[in-house]
Amino acid sequence: MTTQPGQNDFAAALIDRALPVPDGVTSWTQPLPARRFGVYRNNVSGALVEALAVRYPVVKRLVGEEFFRAMARDYALHNLPRSPVLIYYGADFPDFIAGFEPAGALPYLADVARLDSAHWESYHAKDAIAVPQGAFASLAPATLANVAFEFLPSVRILSSPHPIVAIWRTNTEDAAVQPVDLTLAEDALVARPEMAVEVRTLPAGAAVFLSALRDGRPLGEAAATALQTAANFNLSQNLAGLIAARITARIIP
Amino acid sequence: MKKSTVVSALSIAGALATALSFSAPAFAADEKCYGIAKAGQNDCKAGAHDCKGMSTVDFDGASFKLVPAGTCEAMMTPDGKKGMLKPMEG
Repeated sequence: MTTQPGQNDFAAALIDRALPVPDGVTSWTQPLPARRFGVYRNNVSGALVEALAVRYPVVKRLVGEEFFRAMARDYALHNLPRSPVLIYYGADFPDFIAGFEPAGALPYLADVARLDSAHWESYHAKDAIAVPQGAFASLAPATLANVAFEFLPSVRILSSPHPIVAIWRTNTEDAAVQPVDLTLAEDALVARPEMAVEVRTLPAGAAVFLSALRDGRPLGEAAATALQTAANFNLSQNLAGLIAARITARIIP
Repeated sequence: MKKSTVVSALSIAGALATALSFSAPAFAADEKCYGIAKAGQNDCKAGAHDCKGMSTVDFDGASFKLVPAGTCEAMMTPDGKKGMLKPMEG
């Protein structure tokens, strides 16, 4: 995108309050409308903070309104939108949180933010229809190892050393949050087979298995990779989960 | 170096046959309806901002002496880690 002369100064002054009102900004009452420009500045950061609050509701609840706004504002001032579509804004906010020192006491916060973000992306992903569950029953046994799958655009797979689903769930569903065993590790599958986004916890090796399938690798190879990662990987259980979750858009025999 | 693992066509076919007869959910899903935090996601407020309180000049959040003060404390159990929802051993 090309910028007109003065646009860079204008953008820089929006972020840095120490800079003066940019040249050429006038109003019909005064030549340098400092107060009006201040309102404009405030609305830029305020709107971005609000966009982050909508995308990251569980993070906001975990840290509280005041902390969230301050953290989000810090991010927003260094990460202005690159797209005019606000639903894309803040995709790398979890990475920012991971390096945000005042939130260091909550080691799970960045991964919970990733789950918030995955839910948001899944909700806004392109609609697609999952293959009927019967399609799996008619696959030829002899060539099963070579079968590949294409997942729905709404599928997201997350892996975490923290109980991200339990934390996310109690902060999403409960008026008073329930205690969570913070020593647990949870992997998550997020998908929207129809209208509602579904969040599931995954058993051992499933995140590796599903990620391999998502990347287009055939079933036999994906199962072998999962077995290498988790000795207790259960293929029957994972296939049952894959079928029941209705996340397959296309089966490639 | 990782040793290579081969999963035979026979074992995959067997696993699929077992999978097709599964009755219990293999990937635990959400049981409840959305409660509070997701409420309002679908209504017209999502993505929109509330003009009230934004038409001010100053919004100074630069001083960072804040500490997280939301529900993070409430999730902690008395000993700081173990959940109370699990049955006691023994």
